[in-house]
Amino acid sequence: MAVSSNIVVRIEDLHKRYGNEEVLKGVSFTVRQGEALAIIGPSGTGKSTLLRCINRLTEPDRGRIWLEDTEITSPQTDINAIRQQIGFVFQDFNLFAHLTALDNVRLGLLKVKRLSKREATERAMQELARVGLAEHAEKYPAQLSGGQQQRVSIARALAMDPKLMLFDEPTSALDPELIGEVLQVMQDLAEEGMTMVVVTHEMGFARSVCDEVIFMEKGVIVEQGPPQQVFVNPKQPRTRQFLGKISELYGGT
Amino acid sequence: MLEKLRLVWESLPLLLQGAIVTLELTVSLLLVGLVLGVLVALGQVYGPRPLAMLMSAYERFFRAMPILVLLIVVNFGLAFVANTYQWDWLRLPTFAVAVLVFGLHSSAYQSQIFRGAIQAIKPGQLLAARALGMTRLQAIRYITLPQALRLAIPGWSNEYSGVLKDTSFAFAIGVTELARQGWQIATRTREMFLIFITVALIYLVLTYLGTWLLELVERRVSVPGLAGQRREEHGRVI
Ligand SMILES: Nc1ncnc2c1ncn2[C@@H]1O[C@H](COP(=O)(O)OP(=O)(O)O)[C@@H](O)[C@H]1O
Ligand SMILES: [Mg+2]
Repeated sequence: MAVSSNIVVRIEDLHKRYGNEEVLKGVSFTVRQGEALAIIGPSGTGKSTLLRCINRLTEPDRGRIWLEDTEITSPQTDINAIRQQIGFVFQDFNLFAHLTALDNVRLGLLKVKRLSKREATERAMQELARVGLAEHAEKYPAQLSGGQQQRVSIARALAMDPKLMLFDEPTSALDPELIGEVLQVMQDLAEEGMTMVVVTHEMGFARSVCDEVIFMEKGVIVEQGPPQQVFVNPKQPRTRQFLGKISELYGGT
Repeated sequence: MLEKLRLVWESLPLLLQGAIVTLELTVSLLLVGLVLGVLVALGQVYGPRPLAMLMSAYERFFRAMPILVLLIVVNFGLAFVANTYQWDWLRLPTFAVAVLVFGLHSSAYQSQIFRGAIQAIKPGQLLAARALGMTRLQAIRYITLPQALRLAIPGWSNEYSGVLKDTSFAFAIGVTELARQGWQIATRTREMFLIFITVALIYLVLTYLGTWLLELVERRVSVPGLAGQRREEHGRVI
């Protein structure tokens, strides 16, 4: 978990509004190379919107975002070139239903990166092995458990060689007994030095794996700091209340 | 009795010739309708509002037109324009006119089939495709179309048996398809009932063969969790 001083993502004063509802009200933070950042907070707070703004699956209204030296939010930026460098893992996996696990991982390599079939297959198999699913390569999403599907979706993102991985509640759609296998893959990634931003309700993971925690509520960052500070000694009463409620809901962390 | 059977036997070559024209017409119009229908459906689901509205108007217009009326209007309309302006290139063979008119008409129905199929795909998959860096067109090509085409096969099979019968209207503009062959033989031999029973049987066989073939295709391209298995899955539940 060697966190260097190189900044991978910088977000400045991000705003987003849906109709009358201001979902993001000026969010700013940076993520350094090798850092694992957890974002926690009640639902409806704008966490998913924030993640989607980072690769512009959602267009922000105002504010700027950089990936290393490239401004993602600049109109001149080729957004498809940026997205290749940012892995995105969705809450409900979003695997391509008509493709096997192997083809799910291979598609981006073939059609976006334009690798040869042999190279793409080799790389895809590597990534499937990395998430422990090499022997399930020929299965279709419907033949895999939720945990396995989510691991395929992580492999699909990793295969693109991203500089940054975004996880949007990657375990929230899973049965409790399947959460562990996905968190394990994410922990391994963090330990290998992947830069990642993880929206999660898994406080144990945020606390033991992440280097930094952001507590967000109603479109603003309420508190930010290392897990020791946010979890053990929160400065803001709202953070304390939220953590209390979460441990009631999910059991102690 | 034997005499009647012999008449049927002797009419068969001509009737089968007609059946081939009917099949050619059916396959061509389905392909024209497929291409247009997919485009219309894509416009309706993914297009900007004005395009979606235009596509819906197109769909409604062709579904409102009786096919026979459309055939006659277009056939004579084209001939009229061709004569008036001396545009020889517009003098299309009646077969081509029939393919065009039936194709447009069928595209309106097919667009409904494809729209349903496209809308059955979870939009999250497109989001995932875009997140990998695919363009809109790549996402449509590699994610939407392969799934929508599979999901559309049962509806498409329906459309096949529907238009197969409709092609008999091409009779009205002089395409010598199965029904017109039958009519010519029947008036010559005065065996209206006998000949048209034979014609009916041929339609039945064509319908059966076509839907059987499409079922084979459906099974061939089926993917676990997607179309093809769904009937069995439903069967298991109820
Ligand atoms: N595409 C959208 N259109 C309209 N409202 C949206 C859209 N996406 C999210 N919202 C609204 O924005 C708010 C924040 O949503 P979201 O970012 O998903 O929160 P979180 O991920 O923290 O639960 C919610 O009130 C939600 O209803
Ligand atoms: Mg969310």
